[in-house]
Amino acid sequence: MLQLSDVKYVYNAGAEDEKTALGGVSLSVKEGEFVALVGHNGSGKSTLAKLFNGLILPTEGSVRVRGMDTADKKNLFDIRKTVGVVFQNPDNQMVASIIEDDVAFGPENLGLPSAEISERVQWALESVGMQDHRRGTPFRLSGGQKQRIAIAGVLAIKPRVMVLDESTAMLDPIGREEVMKVITRLNREEHMTVIMITHFMEEAALADRIIVMRNGLVAGEGGKEIFSNRELIESAGLELPLAARVAMRLREKGLKIDGDITLPEELVDALCR
Amino acid sequence: MKDVSFGQYYPVESPVHRLDPRVKLLSVVLYIVGIFFIQKFIGFAVVALFLLVAIACSRVPLMKVLRSVRAVLFLVLFTAIISVLFYSGGGEEPLWAWGIIKIYKGGLLSAARMALRLVFLVLGPSLLTLTTTPVELTDGLESLLKPLALIKLPVHELAIIMSIALRLIPTLTEETEKIMNAQKARCADFDTGNIFKRAKSLIPILIPLFVSSFRRADELADAMDSRCYRGAKGRTRMRVLKLRFRDFVAAFVMLALFFVILVLRYNWFGLGFINLLV
Repeated sequence: MLQLSDVKYVYNAGAEDEKTALGGVSLSVKEGEFVALVGHNGSGKSTLAKLFNGLILPTEGSVRVRGMDTADKKNLFDIRKTVGVVFQNPDNQMVASIIEDDVAFGPENLGLPSAEISERVQWALESVGMQDHRRGTPFRLSGGQKQRIAIAGVLAIKPRVMVLDESTAMLDPIGREEVMKVITRLNREEHMTVIMITHFMEEAALADRIIVMRNGLVAGEGGKEIFSNRELIESAGLELPLAARVAMRLREKGLKIDGDITLPEELVDALCR
Repeated sequence: MKDVSFGQYYPVESPVHRLDPRVKLLSVVLYIVGIFFIQKFIGFAVVALFLLVAIACSRVPLMKVLRSVRAVLFLVLFTAIISVLFYSGGGEEPLWAWGIIKIYKGGLLSAARMALRLVFLVLGPSLLTLTTTPVELTDGLESLLKPLALIKLPVHELAIIMSIALRLIPTLTEETEKIMNAQKARCADFDTGNIFKRAKSLIPILIPLFVSSFRRADELADAMDSRCYRGAKGRTRMRVLKLRFRDFVAAFVMLALFFVILVLRYNWFGLGFINLLV
């Protein structure tokens, strides 16, 4: 679905303040996968988000979406139809002052007939549970609700891949949970490929595969077992999910806990066994 | 905070609210042109009657509409007084004289006409903004201006700029409040001192506001690009404006009003009674 081969990205190349954000990253994402990209601030993970749909082009190497190279301008429209990106700040993603108009922005750009746009808007708002606000304004909504509108705006384009670039970072815990529920449902039920860029390990723990970024390079990747590699996680400037930390401390104290523990439910199960 | 993006929109269901924004915009244009053709008081009476009926249909309280006159009240009084004082009265006997100040009957009449004209000029458009949301107005304007795209006027771009501006007003207001509070927390003083001092104290608000607006614009551009935006090219709209029966009725009423105004002015049919009216 998505293929990055040896991607390097340098900000302000050639200038005095040149800064290498990515120093040769290769990774691929399969259809229907839920991948979490984790890393410390400045590890290059947000640069990746912009590379995925051709907002920026790699200094070296190539990014391919279903075989289409993002470096070819002719592909960009189709690539952006395939890869939808939700950014960090919901306020900076809205173009209209009425929710349905904002969600309609994407399908309008695709040039769809008006009846189909309206259907897609309804479907997208239902998918994120915001259909009751269709004719309202986004200004009075909570952060979590606004971000769900932003997700609906991307969904209405019906992309195959949804990239979330720190989309929960500005939200309170309730808002984060709302958004994560929507995302996991889209992945499980609609088989949407999800790439979640985050530094909340609790969120990363929901993914099928976790890619750890450090200083513009992939430091490691794997399933949930990656959380037992404490050195890797900590060297990337990250913290283990709370449940994993509790399990680790309990093991240190001599309690016998089997399996990889990353989610609170798993910890409860293991302790009550 | 009042929701600026809704302007002074008065949210009720009414036949006037439901009219096509294009019809409403063109009606207001015709109405304004009409006002300038009025010379007799009977003309203003006709317009007043029309407005009263329109306001009644719109279910907007009369006082809400009249309140819009407050903003121009000073201008109305000022022009009225000036035109009374400077009327030179072609050979007419002054009604009242005191030194160089002479007041003529003609002066009073022309001042009254001027004042009425100004008041009516404000009332019509304010009924438009009370019954139409800014979003509808933007859509209507875009649709009306569409023919100008043929002469390479960037109509779509103008419309999207307007819609983004509307959308950003509340966000930027909120941001301004935040910055002001942050500066106040560090003992900034915005409320005392002379006008220069106060203007100067706004600099620490404006600079962060500018910087963050540019950052916002950058992020918004990325978000728009990500959502397949490529200008007007191949773009369709979800809400397509459609003229309905009521729009034709409204247009007919407007044209009738305009016609009556013209007849009262030029007396095309040689009706004797029109000449007798003031």
